[in-house]
Amino acid sequence: MANITPIVMPKWGLSMQEGTVMSWLVEEGATISVGTPILEVETDKIANAVEAADPGLLRRRIAGEGQTLPVKALLGVMADVEVSDAEIDAYIAAYVVPAVSEGDEEATPAYSFADVDGIRVRFARRGGDSGVPVLLLHGFGGDLDNWLFNLDALAERAPVIALDLPGHGQSDAKLPGTSAKALAAFVVRFLDQLDIESAHLVGHSLGGAIAAQIALDAPARVASLALVCGAGLGDEIASPYIEGFVAAGSRRELKPVLEMLFADPSLVSRQMIDDVLKYKRIDGVEDLLRRLGGELFDGGRQAAQPARELGSVGKPLLVLWGKDDRIIPAAHAANAPPGATVKVFDRAGHMVMMEKANEVNAMLKQHIGA
Amino acid sequence: MARKISMKQAINEALDQEMARDPSVIVMGEDIVGGAGGDGERDAWGGVLGVTKGLYAKHGDRLMDTPLSESAYIGAAIGAAACGMRPVAELMFIDFMGVCFDQIYNQAAKFRYMFGGKAQTPVVIRTMVGAGFRAAAQHSQMLTPLFTHIPGLKVVCPSTPYDTKGLLIQSIRDNDPVIFCEHKNLYGIEGEVPEASYTIPFGEANVVREGKGCSIVTYGLMVHRSLDAAAALAKEGVECEVIDLRTLSPLDIDTVLESVTKTGRLVCVDEASPRCSIAADVSAQVAQQAFGALKGPIEMVTPPHVPVPFSPPLEDAYIPSAAQIAAAVKRTFAGGKH
Repeated sequence: MANITPIVMPKWGLSMQEGTVMSWLVEEGATISVGTPILEVETDKIANAVEAADPGLLRRRIAGEGQTLPVKALLGVMADVEVSDAEIDAYIAAYVVPAVSEGDEEATPAYSFADVDGIRVRFARRGGDSGVPVLLLHGFGGDLDNWLFNLDALAERAPVIALDLPGHGQSDAKLPGTSAKALAAFVVRFLDQLDIESAHLVGHSLGGAIAAQIALDAPARVASLALVCGAGLGDEIASPYIEGFVAAGSRRELKPVLEMLFADPSLVSRQMIDDVLKYKRIDGVEDLLRRLGGELFDGGRQAAQPARELGSVGKPLLVLWGKDDRIIPAAHAANAPPGATVKVFDRAGHMVMMEKANEVNAMLKQHIGA
Repeated sequence: MARKISMKQAINEALDQEMARDPSVIVMGEDIVGGAGGDGERDAWGGVLGVTKGLYAKHGDRLMDTPLSESAYIGAAIGAAACGMRPVAELMFIDFMGVCFDQIYNQAAKFRYMFGGKAQTPVVIRTMVGAGFRAAAQHSQMLTPLFTHIPGLKVVCPSTPYDTKGLLIQSIRDNDPVIFCEHKNLYGIEGEVPEASYTIPFGEANVVREGKGCSIVTYGLMVHRSLDAAAALAKEGVECEVIDLRTLSPLDIDTVLESVTKTGRLVCVDEASPRCSIAADVSAQVAQQAFGALKGPIEMVTPPHVPVPFSPPLEDAYIPSAAQIAAAVKRTFAGGKH
């Protein structure tokens, strides 16, 4: 059976338990190379393509379009031409979906909490214990679930920690300050708390500016930097987004705002809007976002642009962008200091790590491995 | 955090956090502390089903056991609200509202209007509703339409622990009288609830399941029955959209109209008696405002127009079932008659 490769339902994010197969993108008998989108899967949060992790020949499509299946369920089978249909039938018949039991989840809780300067913050930890960890920093109004397609993929390469910034996600609705400098100092103290000497910093949007600020203020704590549609590389930022996000009080108001984040607005699901609304309705959050947005992004201008000074720090730098980013223009990628690796993805917006998850993961893995 | 708590705990937590936040919040009702003047176990009961248990230890005499006189203490709560407090009065069963109805519909509901906006009445009356508790005709009614009928009152009836906490906090902070209806058969259901305080605005329905085939509009316990029906229908290829109204006054008719415009079909499910019910109201508004979108007759699923029976088999038959809801959905496709 060594030359039979299963294609299984992926687990995107910590809460995913099942997914629905929307459509197959390759025919039986087609040869697949690594990274080929094989089929489209939708979860209650978002839809994405399952891409091939291994090359091979697609012999059998098992999951039907429209079918909802648990994580790790068998969706299809790849095998060489020599493998007989009978062997494939036997493989399918013998396949058992590995249970994601309650017990496993209790043994390794999905989330942890840390108290930093009197602010309780939530974080997720994945992967092993050895090696320089990767720290994922989300953007303005975001949370660690923004990395749902990236967390487990990166954890194959290194320990990964995704943080809910103070005032965000399920961290306390408090801020250590409203400047990039104050937020950077807070993240450094979070690293202290976890006894992490240095980390690969991956920052999305505002998280990018924070990562860059950490590299300037505490370079010893930074092994490398990756900025994903990062703030801090230029002047402009879309004020309709920042102001709209702060002001939106209902699903109807929030939907068009969140749609600005994606090249494909149909990715904004009901669940995604509900999750953001649940966060925004917590006491103190709206006021805190208004103060933060006012300090950092007033009038569509970025107050601090620390990433433009990264040339002097000499850390490996990866800059990733979605060409259709409507929040921070992809043109800012050109402001990256010399020596940086820059990649701008077509047909992706501000949430490029979701819309181009597989490509972004591949580049991040290469970057942290280098 | 993924912390799951019951609806009962969600109510307790909302009261606890609002009492801690705002000293003008007081809680009063029959047995809500329990055993006042007894053998020292003043916090023994926490109300007839233990919802307020533990609050006395934290907030002391801001919780008051009242005499067995709804007309007296509901009136007192409304008066205290008019004088600047934010009382939360617990009236065990909505069925007992009759004896204090004047205070509610002819006083509290009218103060803001009759005093030219100079008076406000930030009172919350928490009360248990609904059948299925083997509690007979006088403790099982779903009288939500009675209160929805009165201008000046806000009426809330949540279906999940998350909504319960957010809507109760909103009710306490709201400056108008709110009738907060808690389905006693939902007290035990659990769901994820943030530890922090949060609010859910009034007049915002929740689309709890999306679908293009038929809109099911409901609230309270019937949300769960409707979801069961929708799950069963999905296996037959019929995708229903289930809308939880959450607040009956104000009513989010826009979300209903938007949904019916998409699906072209409507089933209204209500645990209240059929005449002049929430189901009848929503049906009428849709017929009036979105007639052109309808592809089939509007269907209503309600109990029969009789008191709630005490006989358990009859009571079970009285409450609308998932099977009845699914059958109603199918009738909207069949073009009508059963």
